[in-house]
Amino acid sequence: MSRLAPGVRLPGVAPLLLVASTVVMAVLVVLPLGVVFHDAFAKGVGQFVEALKQPDAVAAVKLTLWVAAISVPLNALFGLAAAWAITKFDFRGKTVLLTLIDLPFSISPVVSGLVWVLLFGAQGWFGEWLIDHDVRIIFALPGLVLATILVTFPFVARELIPLMQDQGVDEEAAALTLGASGFTTFWKITLPNIRWALLYGVLLCNARAMGEFGAVSVVSGHIRGETTTLPLHVEVLYNDYDFVGAFAAASILASLGLVTLVLKTALEWRHSGELAASRRH
Amino acid sequence: MTDIVRPFDEARARRPIDPRGRGLWKPPLSRWRTPSILPGFGLSLGVTLAYLSAIVILPLTALAIRPWEIGLSGVWATLTDERVAKALTLSFSLSLYAALLNSVLGLLIAWTLVRYEFPGRRLLDALVDLPFALPTAVAGIALTALYAPTGPLGALAAKFGLKTAYSPLGIFIALVFIGLPFVVRAVQPVLQDLDKEVEEAAQTLGASDLQRVLFVVAPALAPALISGVTLAFARAVGEYGSVVFIAGNMPMKTEIAPLLIVIKLEQYDYAGAAAVGLAMLAISFGGLILLNVVQLLVAGRGRK
Repeated sequence: MSRLAPGVRLPGVAPLLLVASTVVMAVLVVLPLGVVFHDAFAKGVGQFVEALKQPDAVAAVKLTLWVAAISVPLNALFGLAAAWAITKFDFRGKTVLLTLIDLPFSISPVVSGLVWVLLFGAQGWFGEWLIDHDVRIIFALPGLVLATILVTFPFVARELIPLMQDQGVDEEAAALTLGASGFTTFWKITLPNIRWALLYGVLLCNARAMGEFGAVSVVSGHIRGETTTLPLHVEVLYNDYDFVGAFAAASILASLGLVTLVLKTALEWRHSGELAASRRH
Repeated sequence: MTDIVRPFDEARARRPIDPRGRGLWKPPLSRWRTPSILPGFGLSLGVTLAYLSAIVILPLTALAIRPWEIGLSGVWATLTDERVAKALTLSFSLSLYAALLNSVLGLLIAWTLVRYEFPGRRLLDALVDLPFALPTAVAGIALTALYAPTGPLGALAAKFGLKTAYSPLGIFIALVFIGLPFVVRAVQPVLQDLDKEVEEAAQTLGASDLQRVLFVVAPALAPALISGVTLAFARAVGEYGSVVFIAGNMPMKTEIAPLLIVIKLEQYDYAGAAAVGLAMLAISFGGLILLNVVQLLVAGRGRK
């Protein structure tokens, strides 16, 4: 928050609270981040680079990028459609729809993977059919994508809905009355109004998609170099006691998290007026 | 009442028509949607419903139905199996303790960020989101490296006779780590927007700092705090990545419920895995409903 709020400040205990907050944050939150980079370079830069040049590591990075490249745009399109339907029109059952959209946030990542196995696993509802037709979903890319989509499902929609609710329909209605087509209205009025919130949602969605562990771990089967995304690659190496390799891969993911955090904070500072009210600082 | 021909009402006819049809024209109750001049309703709602059905509804239906393949007695036997019952108890109790500690830590950090000016305040504010931003597997191995008996903090704790990693305490630490931002981010905006005049009024009436915090600020914060704690709790119950590495995963001792789902799936016990998953969902929702009731009661008291 950039603004300092008025009110009681408890000046007497200020130094105490300040030190306590800083210590909690430093030990609980910042120290783990430091350990990742420290342990990644524990045996020098050479080993670090070597670990990341392993074919399995390269394959893991590529797979992670593929999974995100498929699931993030799909969820962004869904978020746009859902936000348009929910905020620009009045219809019954909106609350149910909103609850269903939020639902994936309250489900354990492991359950988000499990449900796909229940459908498409060897003993899943569609398992036999898939085997007969030689289609692989579980232990393959489609399963990883489905699990990731379910976990990251609400991110974009949740950023867009509150903002578009605030903006109302006046501008779109004016454009339409002046003769603009539906597509032009969306492209020239709605999209510029929501671009920063859309970017914000996509940013969070992408970070989660690339970093997801629990859900993909259930559907991956951990086939090295084939179905291990970067977070799963970290797990495989860690369980092999290859700590430099594990932390080197982890440092890539941690950097992704840091970049996301910086971009997110920058968006909150520079475009606060164009984000959902809850994000305005 | 009986006038069939209504007189022409010029004022009514000249009133502008709200595109969403609000105010002027109320749709008959049988209409499920208000007419609008905006296009794309069918397309956007159709896409939304189709995607939602494929990604959320169909999979969750499978989760709701598949446990019953082994019958009610089978589900009961699965859930009351000592290993499963202990894992569920461990997950839910540790999540609760972690959420409670987070209520204190989160309140402390939110208060510091909102009420004091100090160098590095914005940095500290941005860092609060780090547990959100750090992928769970990364957090998991980092926390394990820190709190393992050979790690710096683990060795320190060992001097005091405490075992951190590979014990319930380690799981607890991981759950505090991932839950902290939920509480801070829930409390912070409310604390920020708290009406300064109310606090000033209390001051002019002679309330001390402590009295104002306890009787003016705290009641206003309570609903946000409860919702933050609820979110932290819900996240902790299902948390997997940051916990599996530090837990040690000893059956009956440090095995969390999500891990049991993974183990059952590896044994191709789909129904058993689904039963544990469904039980976690059911208990979580039960807890959420309970907390919502508490929140309503607290919010109701705050308004009086």
